[in-house]
Order: sequence, then structure tokens, then C-alpha cells
Amino acid sequence: MYKPENCKYTKTHEWAFAEGGVAVAGITDFAQHEISDIVFVELPKIGAKTEQNKRCAVIESVKAASDFNAPVSGEVAAANDALSANPALANQSPHGDGWFCKIKMSNPGELDNLMDYAAYQEFIKQPAQH
Amino acid sequence: MYTPHTDRDREEMLKAIGVSSFEELLRQIPQELRKSKFNLPPALTEPELAAHAAELAAKNSRLLNFAGGGAYEHYIPAAVRALVSRGEFVTAYTPYQAEASQGTLQAIYEYQSTVCALFEMDASNASLYDGATALAEAVNAALRITGKTKVVLPQALNPQYKRTLQTYFAPNSAVSFAEVSCKTGVQDVAALETAAQDAACVVLANPNYFGCLEDADEVARIAKAAGALLVAAVNPASLGAVRAPGGYNADIAVAEGQPLGLALGYGGPYLGMFACKKEHLRHIPGRICGITKDLDGKRAFVLTLQAREQHIRREKAASNICSNEALCALTATVYCALLGPAGMRELAELNLEAAHSAADKIAALKGFKIKFGKPYFNEFVVECPGDAAKLRDALLQDGILAGIPLGDMDPSLKNCLLVCATETRTPADIDALVAALRKHANA
Repeated sequence: MYKPENCKYTKTHEWAFAEGGVAVAGITDFAQHEISDIVFVELPKIGAKTEQNKRCAVIESVKAASDFNAPVSGEVAAANDALSANPALANQSPHGDGWFCKIKMSNPGELDNLMDYAAYQEFIKQPAQH
Repeated sequence: MYTPHTDRDREEMLKAIGVSSFEELLRQIPQELRKSKFNLPPALTEPELAAHAAELAAKNSRLLNFAGGGAYEHYIPAAVRALVSRGEFVTAYTPYQAEASQGTLQAIYEYQSTVCALFEMDASNASLYDGATALAEAVNAALRITGKTKVVLPQALNPQYKRTLQTYFAPNSAVSFAEVSCKTGVQDVAALETAAQDAACVVLANPNYFGCLEDADEVARIAKAAGALLVAAVNPASLGAVRAPGGYNADIAVAEGQPLGLALGYGGPYLGMFACKKEHLRHIPGRICGITKDLDGKRAFVLTLQAREQHIRREKAASNICSNEALCALTATVYCALLGPAGMRELAELNLEAAHSAADKIAALKGFKIKFGKPYFNEFVVECPGDAAKLRDALLQDGILAGIPLGDMDPSLKNCLLVCATETRTPADIDALVAALRKHANA
């Protein structure tokens, strides 16, 4: 588990859990509720470059496709193969087994651009913002 | 013109929208825009029109046809036309509504299953516009899948397919094409080895535009070793005798489906066949029909995996193709089902026989030779004693279309004629061609 309280958040509902220069990234519980049944995720390849707030993966539900934006810039160090095989993990355990990828951060200072848990909780209470 | 509305209908409609006359309805349109005269001849009665159409049809010349080059004259069994012209199938558009279109959707599902069986591939879409579009979409998928930008083509790729690729990718300056020489009739292996480095895909045309069958295993091996996908463009009528793309590990297989029961029709409507390995499922362009169960647990057919498509994924869609060639796909399905595996084999053998008999007889003519010593299916290149275009024109006067001169494609092939003989060409037809070639070559 990447405890929600210890994560940082984007305005597009991705979380990042930073530890030792690497950020684990996934979608929030709020996001998985909005997207509903996820049937496919297209994860980035290992070694791919990411840029903060730019698309690095795609999420498909039964009736929609959504972008997954990288919460930090860097290089993809790992992608969650278990999620590729069973995309419903992102619904069942968005902060656990449903993580998307691990990004080796090129600029850890970018974490300061993200919301903390309390700010994100406030953010999702404002319906017009997202 | 017949319209179903009576004067009373019109009056009611005008009244409902609150205008007094048709003229008043058009009041917003400036007068100068409404003065158009169409300068058309007076309307004809039905018998007059039928006579006029027959007169126009009589202007067509009925040539004895030895031209192929991507569109092939095959016999179309009467059952094919009888079945596909049923009113239930003649629908104007892709059927989205599963609750109203089970028959059409099932036909598309059967088509996809047929394509997978024929190509030995895992997944097929509901069809595309034509063979050239199917190849361009395959290349597009390969670019997306690999994230690379180089595309390797054989020199002996149908020139129309090359032009379609240009149309698709010329606006994207990042995409580059490398062409592999086919001087011996097939791809130069050493040149392919170099070109394939860093390529998104290697395109294998099998048979290629010269009619030659490539060493598919070798091309596949080179593509895979370079980390490129293998895109195979095949002739579906050959697959009863020629190995299927799945057999040599193609990632994506495409074809022009016209040989499967579709009329030549001056170039269309044709059928783009597209199939791939399961791992590339999410990159398939266009519609896919799937099988599922309805609320009562009964078998049902629906369009599926639509999150790839542009009405959902917008500019990030796998393709901007959003329709298919349903009636042509149905025709191909009926044709394949009618022939069955044994019939497809027999079809391929009859084509091989006709073409090889024609080639042998032409090669025996003084001054003519078969250009390439490679295996071929129903088409081959003949080197003539002089300009092939002139010879073709001379034979037209005898009612024979001898083939396609290749000088436009490659000036060094000015004396070369691409000749095709399908199962529709009898020994007497072939003898007529040979006699005419002898006569005009010596003239």
C-alpha cells in the first residue's frame, strides 16, 4: 500500500509516492470511481521518458478512454505487469496492487508542484474543478 | 423526381412550422443564390432511360483480360450474388444498434472468423476501404506500437499502395520510408538487412507487384532480428496454395479482398482485409464485431473494443477509420464459405496452372522471356522484344488486354509487361494471347 496520506496529487487525479529518488504512480480512488470499470491500461515501456503532467499511459473503461498523466518527470523504471494482465486492480486497489508505474525522478523538486493529501481532499470537494 | 409527399402533407408541414408557403420558407436565402439553372436534358420515361443506359453499357469493350496488378478477374459463383443481394444485407451504413442488427453483425463476425482462418492470425477487424488503405493502417499501427518512425518497403510494392502511403504519411515529416531493391524479382536480402535497422516495420508483399513470391521466412527473420514488426500484404486467393501470414510469424496481415467474389467494377467498391496478432489487438483500426451474451443469456453480436475508436478516444484514437465495407466483407465471407478449404485450394491450383501454362507458352515465343526466375502465383513479368506499352496497345485492337506495362513504375522495365492469368483464362484464351503477341511483336 502506498498510503494516501503519504502521497502527492495532480489535478488530473494521479498520485505519486516518492521514496529514494523514485516515485510510484497510480490513479486515485476518486478517479477510479469516476472512470468506473477499467478494462484496459496501456502502460509506458521501461526506459520511456516522462514529463510532469504529460500523458504517459492510457486507461480504457467500457465506454471511455482517459489519459494517465505522469505526476513527475523522469524515466520509467518499472511498469505494473499485474495491472496490464488484470486492469480491474486499478478499481479494486488504486493505492496498492493497482499502481501504474515507477518513475526515476529527474527533478524531485517537482513534487512541490503537487497537492498534498489534505489539499487534494479539498480539491475533489469542488465540483467545478475537475 | 418522385417524392412521397402530397400537397396536403406539405401544407400540414408548413403549417406546423408556422410559414404560409414554401417560398416563404426559403425567404432567408438571397434571390441571386436561388436562380440556378441546372441545364439538364428533359426527364426520360423509364423505358427511355433503360434504353439510354443499355446504349451507354454497349460502349464498354469486352476485352480478353490478362491484366492483374492488384485487381483480379475471378469467376463469381451465382450463389454469391444471389445471397448478398438479399434486401436484409443491403444496408447503407455500419450497424451500431445491436438490438436491431443481429444478422448484419453476425455476418461481420463470420467475416472476421474467415479472415483469421485464412490468414492464420488471431484477430481481424470488420474490414477497411481497400487493400491500399489496409496497408497504410497496418503501417500506422506499427508506428504506434513500436514508437519508431522508419518504414521499410519493397521496390516491388503495388505503386498505388505506395501512393496511398504517401497520402497518409507525407504530412508527418517524422515518418521516413526506405525502399529495398527487387532487381531479381524479390527483395535484396543484404539491402533489407541494412534497411531494417531501427525500423518500425518491414512490409512484405507476397506475392509482390512482379507476381513473385518472396522468401517470407527470411524476410521475417531479418525483420524480427532488427526489432521491427512484419507487415504482410498478401493475395487472399493465393492462400489455398501459398503459406498464410501467420505461418511466417507476421505481426499484421493485410490484403485486397477483391479476388474473393467481388467484381472488378472499375476499381471499387473493394475490401480492405486487416488482421493481427492478439498482442496488437488495441491498435486495430476501425470496427470490430464481438460475440457476447444478452441479459437472458442468449448469444448476441455487438461492436466491441470501441475505446480504440475516434468517437471515444478522439485525436488519440488508433485510427480515424470509423466505418467498414460491410457488404463487400459479406461477399467475401459467402465466397469463402461456398468454396470451403478444399475449394480455396482448388482455386489457387487452377490459378497456378493457368499462369504457368501462359508463362511457358509466352517464353517459347521468339524474343520473349520470363523476366524473373522466381516462384509466382497467377502473375508474372514478361520481357518483350520492344516497348511493352506499344505492344499492349497493338493487342487492344484484337480485343486483348495483354497486361500492364511496367515502364511507368520503373523506366528500366520499359520492355516489361505484367501478365496475369486466373482460373477464368482457358487454354484457348491463352493461345489467343500467344498468337496475338507473336503477330504484333513481328509486325
